[in-house]
Amino acid sequence: MQITNIVLQEKHMIAQILFIALTGIATYYFAKNLGKIRRNILLGKDIDLTDNKPERWKTMLRVAFGQSKMKARPVPFVLHFIVYAGFILINIEVLEILIDGIFGTHRILSALGPIYNIAIGFFEILAFAVLLACVVFLFRRYVFKLKRFQSPELKGFANRDAATILFIEIILMGALLKMNAADQMLQAAGAAHYTVAGSFPISSWLVVPFYQMLNFQTETLILIERFAWWFHIIGIFLFMNYLPYSKHFHIIMAFPNTWYSNLKAKGELNNMESVTQEVKLMLDPSAVTPEGYQPPTSFGVKDVTDLTWKNLMDAYTCTECGRCTSVCPQNQTGKLLSPRKIMMDTRDRLEEVGKNIDQNGTFTDDNKNLHSYISEEELWACNTCNACVEACPVNINPMEIIVEMRRFKVMEQSAAPASINSMFNNLENNQAPWQFSPMDRANWTNED
Amino acid sequence: MSEFKVRTMANLVAAGEEAEILFWVGCAGSFDERAQKITKAVAKILHAAGIKFAILGTEEACTGDPAKRAGNEFLFQMMAMQNIATLNAYGINKIVTACPHCFNTLKNEYPALGGNYEVLHHTTLINQLLQSGKIAIKGGAFKGQRITYHDSCYLGRANNIYEAPREIIEKLDAALVEMKRSKANGLCCGAGGAQMFKEAETGSKEVNLERADDMLETNPAVVAAACPFCMTMLRDGVKHHNKEAEIEVKDIAELVAGAMDL
Repeated sequence: MQITNIVLQEKHMIAQILFIALTGIATYYFAKNLGKIRRNILLGKDIDLTDNKPERWKTMLRVAFGQSKMKARPVPFVLHFIVYAGFILINIEVLEILIDGIFGTHRILSALGPIYNIAIGFFEILAFAVLLACVVFLFRRYVFKLKRFQSPELKGFANRDAATILFIEIILMGALLKMNAADQMLQAAGAAHYTVAGSFPISSWLVVPFYQMLNFQTETLILIERFAWWFHIIGIFLFMNYLPYSKHFHIIMAFPNTWYSNLKAKGELNNMESVTQEVKLMLDPSAVTPEGYQPPTSFGVKDVTDLTWKNLMDAYTCTECGRCTSVCPQNQTGKLLSPRKIMMDTRDRLEEVGKNIDQNGTFTDDNKNLHSYISEEELWACNTCNACVEACPVNINPMEIIVEMRRFKVMEQSAAPASINSMFNNLENNQAPWQFSPMDRANWTNED
Repeated sequence: MSEFKVRTMANLVAAGEEAEILFWVGCAGSFDERAQKITKAVAKILHAAGIKFAILGTEEACTGDPAKRAGNEFLFQMMAMQNIATLNAYGINKIVTACPHCFNTLKNEYPALGGNYEVLHHTTLINQLLQSGKIAIKGGAFKGQRITYHDSCYLGRANNIYEAPREIIEKLDAALVEMKRSKANGLCCGAGGAQMFKEAETGSKEVNLERADDMLETNPAVVAAACPFCMTMLRDGVKHHNKEAEIEVKDIAELVAGAMDL
């Protein structure tokens, strides 16, 4: 008896050490990747988005926590809300798993009594709802083939990424239910170490009958319970470390990204200070250049490092849902432009630049830039109508990137379409985008 | 304008007078034949309301909006600084304009370059005039007619003005019917972002024809617009479907001026 106890204790010890080591490794790699993403985002130009903090907190609470912009499409809103609530709340159970894993306890929070039972019961219902929602999501994407999930930019990794996430979530929720099923049977059998705690409104009818049918005994049940427990937590660690590579990273980025939202009118494009100084000098020959004035070296966005850090944060926040593309007037009428692709290209190029820096210490010219990803045909199609900006559930702005890239095309390369150049000429010569004489501007006042 | 003379700021200042508000006409409103009718309707409404207004006339230049949207910040700022110099020289405080693009640029983008004014879109001002009783609509002209309103992107999403044009239409005793895509979800007419001045990229359809489908679905007698560029695009859409005889495209100002018998 004593020997078995010692063996058991040793087994527990090894499990605890293994668990702590795994937690450490998972956290280390996750933190390392977060650090890289932070470094990449900070490659962007500085912009001050810390004014009006109360409004920023409110925006984050409303848009990210409150999911306010998801409501525009009720079906995905409900499904997504279930998964979101599951993510936030089931994490409380993960906290318990962490404590149990480190200290070798079992259902440590059951000390909370009735509250614990209600919570565990509620988490089960939620886990099952999450599982179902993910199945519906899979159907929407791969069986019903919703238009917004069929765009060319989703071919390849993006498509696999979406499927991976949904499968991982289904498997994780399944593991939770299997674990609970075995646990409650062990509790009922009075197995040592299995405290009687929790309530299991789903696994009791969904999973337990199977185990009973198969006539699983205590040893098998312990094996299942332990396996599902480890599977669940290792799954979470893997999931956590997959996030930085995935579109699913939005579950973290949605919060900071909405806090740093643009609080100005959507119609306002930023003023280019570098141009203001130049124009002032041009319009007033007697103007004196301020001391230490450095004429600007480049205009507009050539590569991701010319974007602001907020544009780059936007790119890491994008979960490729395609609401932007589905409301884009140009995309809806069969043009190449897709705001979602703008965001995906920005992230892909930024990742490429990041890897370049990792390999070479500093960025080494690779004969590529953001324009290698985004074509003129896409850039010139934009109506600047703000439909994409309005539609984004996490306040991403693809339009700003398009305008900034046009600025590079026009001011650095004089590479606007011919008709746009004529419009510029008319503005310069006639003060109107058309070839009318400025002297005729008030002619309408003489007519009825 | 035979009933009254539209005066310029230069003219007013020379006479030692002041204007309550500057009417910023914009390029479309000045030169485009169809948009000129909108301009005249606005001028008549302002006159009828007893507002002392003036225009810049030949001293007005494009706000620079299409240059800025097309990426030519140099040209935009040159246009903007010239206009700001003119506006500030006349000590302008308040501006009304019938063009949402001018409105957006004057209101949101001129302050960074030293141009600070109270800027109103004509639908906002007209709605205020109706509310305060400075003008009144003799009910009936559009009574019971089905009117659908097309949101201009630069008024709606860009500046959150959705209600003023709709409140005016309701005051016309008309039946306001919404298109399936309206307000924040409204579909662009296809003109914005300097698209007005170039051919569309290769695709399956023109944006304004996509919008025309939305309009026709509501079976309207009148399509109400609040932007001279939308006006061009929507009219082309109606013409494309040979519906000019059944569907009129009118600016909110024209509807009000019509109901006032101006």
